[in-house]
Amino acid sequence: MAGSTLASPIASAGVAGAGGRRRHVSAGLEAWRRFRRHRLALMSTGILILMMLAVAVGPLVWQVPINDIDFSAQLSRPSWSHPFGTDDLGQDLLARMLYGGRISLAVGLAAMLVAVVVGTIVGAVAGISRGSVDAAMMWLTDLFLALPQLPVLLLVIYLFRDPLKRLVGPEFGVFILIVAVIAAFRWMPVARLVRAQFLSLREKEFVEAARALGATKLRLVVRHILPNSLGPVIVAGTVDVAVAILLESTLSFLGLGFPPDVPTWGRILFDAKDYLDIAPHWALFAGGAIFLAVLSINFIGDGLRDALDPRKVM
Amino acid sequence: MSRYLLRRLLIAVPSLLGISVVLFTVLALAPGDPFAELATNPNVPAEVGAALRREFGLDDPIALRYLRWLAAMLHGNWGFSFVSRIDVDTLILQRLPATLFVIGSSQVLALAIALPVGVYAATQPYSLFDQIANTLAFIGFSLPTFFTGLLLILVFSINLGWLPFVFRADIAATGWHWYWEEFRQSVMPVAVLGLAQGASWTRYVRSAVLDAIRLDHVTTARAKGLAERVVVIKHVVRNALIPVVTLVALSMPAVFGGAIVTEQIFRIPGIGSLLISSILANDTPVIMAVTFVFACLVILFNLIADFLYGWLDPRIAYR
Repeated sequence: MAGSTLASPIASAGVAGAGGRRRHVSAGLEAWRRFRRHRLALMSTGILILMMLAVAVGPLVWQVPINDIDFSAQLSRPSWSHPFGTDDLGQDLLARMLYGGRISLAVGLAAMLVAVVVGTIVGAVAGISRGSVDAAMMWLTDLFLALPQLPVLLLVIYLFRDPLKRLVGPEFGVFILIVAVIAAFRWMPVARLVRAQFLSLREKEFVEAARALGATKLRLVVRHILPNSLGPVIVAGTVDVAVAILLESTLSFLGLGFPPDVPTWGRILFDAKDYLDIAPHWALFAGGAIFLAVLSINFIGDGLRDALDPRKVM
Repeated sequence: MSRYLLRRLLIAVPSLLGISVVLFTVLALAPGDPFAELATNPNVPAEVGAALRREFGLDDPIALRYLRWLAAMLHGNWGFSFVSRIDVDTLILQRLPATLFVIGSSQVLALAIALPVGVYAATQPYSLFDQIANTLAFIGFSLPTFFTGLLLILVFSINLGWLPFVFRADIAATGWHWYWEEFRQSVMPVAVLGLAQGASWTRYVRSAVLDAIRLDHVTTARAKGLAERVVVIKHVVRNALIPVVTLVALSMPAVFGGAIVTEQIFRIPGIGSLLISSILANDTPVIMAVTFVFACLVILFNLIADFLYGWLDPRIAYR
């Protein structure tokens, strides 16, 4: 083999391990072993778990109300009474960040779940059926890929925000809307991935064997093909969480996401940008939180790629 | 080659139509009504409102309304801005150059970073340089553009006072001085967009080069005794660029998203900030037109990508 440079340094570990005789280890354990070698990914997992714990438990420990206006402590720097400082209304930033983090992370996870489910269904249907169904679904996928995401997202939010608010309340309405629109623009890569996996897997011998035993098409897909194509989907899903968090904070930053009384990280940054010169801590904490969350999710995605999909880089 | 390009051009037309259908459907499904104000205004009798609706064709079936809207767009009749009180196409033409300038120069910057760094990192995989470049790339595309923009303003405009943080379309200067001012005010927006794109493209380039460098023809080229530099540039990079072009074309919508945010931060008078301000002001004709212009730009860049495929790999053009 000419110049065999493996795509990732960890990929070689699995190959080398196969040489010696070893007792059987499950696929999950093998993946965990590979994941563990990616030190940055392991560290990121720790950071992300800490952040999730902080936003889940934090508001119970740090019981300062998020909308307690105190003009005597306007724009104050970090101190013992306000560890992250305060904003222009004297509201405690730590409390707001903890509360907003719940929403930012929840939006990321929910949008990823919807996008992965939709993408997997579309990709699976396109991959297993040949001919016109496949062509039509892929045309739709390509069409969505060619849409200018952010402008259309803004357009949809602009048009549908108020009716949905009236229907299910301001906070939950915006949550549903943002999750739906982010997912609507993120399912295409998953669909393409799943379809590509299906196209190669459905010609494999084990699928042939299952078909020869009389398995129905549904059983073939659910029991045999889908479980084997999940590795890259998990990786793509992880990266999607990061993209969704970024998109949500972008929308909030443009003033078109959550309302001002729901302090998501992007919203805090949006409010902070006019006070950059006198209260830089305000923007730095919010931006830093987004950055840290996105960076650790991206590293985890990289580690998972090494663990589950060792041939592929990127 | 020209037949290939013509074919790609013909394929672009249905996509453009598809996008316009999606946009129009979104607008038609939306619960809002441009004549809602008339209905609640007590000075306008109900019959007048109904007559107006009929006259503007709002009661027609949606397919007919779509065709009429499409015909109007094709005739260059893009509507009239409620807020700025001028034609939408004039407004967009005023704003487009600033957007194209910022996007164009940031893409050049991104490529100028991504190509050399990615290729060099891939020729020495897992070296110190590769690891540093990889970590920096991760940081680069994890940093949200709006945060980097604010950081740059904080450091270079507020603390150091070197660069202006408001982009001005009307610089009161001529000659060299004008170019200098234009350069100074473009540095930060272009850097924000270009570095973010460059970071993710570096990873694309690296992985594509890594895939191409272990192909057999590269070994053959080395065995012939070609210099390593020639092998890499002529035999590896050219092949590696094909997947890179695909990924770059696919990331174009994200680039325009980043451009909207950047224009908003640095107050660049481009079509991105026009979109935001018209959304905040409920200026529907402008919103529709700007979204459509963005869609056209995405399709245009996909066409450019197709052209590059044909140039990089002539076999594609003859298939």
